[in-house]
Amino acid sequence: MNISFTINGKPTMVDVEKDTPLLWVIRDILELKGTKFGCGKAACGACTIQVDGEAVRSCSYAAKYADGKSITTIEGLGTKENPHPVQQAWIEEVVPQCGYCQPGFMMATAALLEKVPNPTDEDIDQNIINVCRCGTYYRMRKAIKKAAEINSNSILNS
Amino acid sequence: MKKISIFLMVALLGVYAFFTRAEETDDPVVANTPSALSSEEENESLLAFNKMMDVLEHKRCVNCHPSDNVPKQGEDSHPHRFNIDRLNAEGGTNCNTCHQNTNNEFSGVPGAPDWALAPHKMRWEGLSRIEIAKSMMNRENNGNRSAEDIMHHLTEHELVLWAWEPGVDAEGNAREIPPVPKEEYIEAVKTWIELGAVIPTE
Repeated sequence: MNISFTINGKPTMVDVEKDTPLLWVIRDILELKGTKFGCGKAACGACTIQVDGEAVRSCSYAAKYADGKSITTIEGLGTKENPHPVQQAWIEEVVPQCGYCQPGFMMATAALLEKVPNPTDEDIDQNIINVCRCGTYYRMRKAIKKAAEINSNSILNS
Repeated sequence: MKKISIFLMVALLGVYAFFTRAEETDDPVVANTPSALSSEEENESLLAFNKMMDVLEHKRCVNCHPSDNVPKQGEDSHPHRFNIDRLNAEGGTNCNTCHQNTNNEFSGVPGAPDWALAPHKMRWEGLSRIEIAKSMMNRENNGNRSAEDIMHHLTEHELVLWAWEPGVDAEGNAREIPPVPKEEYIEAVKTWIELGAVIPTE
């Protein structure tokens, strides 16, 4: 099946079996290795991307659903020169340890901030439910709040 | 001798308790039948009602009609993993972060169009079949649906009919389907509604 979508702003078409997990398309066909395979059961969130701005666990998202959609992966969230507020905050708070799960957390956080610009601890507990085996949750919580702050400052200054 | 007496007493109490429960369980539900129905139609309505409720009381339905804002999962109806609750519907991580329009046979995540929790007013968990039916037919609770609207919802909506194609779980085990075949259930719903949607008395 031919599936057309935009990924990180770039129009793309792939020819794959319609139920192929989008994660495999992203990693193995499009060679974007930032999105990670964790559990394959939509439980850990390492594969989180955004589809039309919504957080989606790509290991459990059939490629057919991507047709006509706008996909964002960690590679498209920001650039080195102009990082997304979530990426800035992650760097400033030195969040990652091994780093494997972090792209998924950052994509989930960016999606959360779109809906809840100033998340409380409860909002974070409710929405950031990915799994980090290094236990970087404490630093992530600080980074999520910092990202919200950077976001609101940049809106004020724009 | 004393021990034998105590044993006999306990045994008798056990037998009494068993038959008391059996009587309660077997107590026939009496239809609150309008005089317009013949006795044959009363029976038909009651049979259709019970067949429909055998489905609506099943975990494939009740798991997403919770009474406590927490969706349930699995054959044991355990609370949804990851502390998911009704508040997630408005959040960054919501039902559609994982659930799509079809079952995912790779991950075991179930899916159907409009995958969501039923509104709190439509809570069924812990209710008897008569209480469920009363709530379902009450316009204040059912989204102001008429009996015909309910009939269409129960017999045509893809999310309802997903119950017969629930896919496999994360371990690859087939999910249990309701105890009534889909076509029989659809026929029962239509019959019950056409005969006036009579809810048996408690």
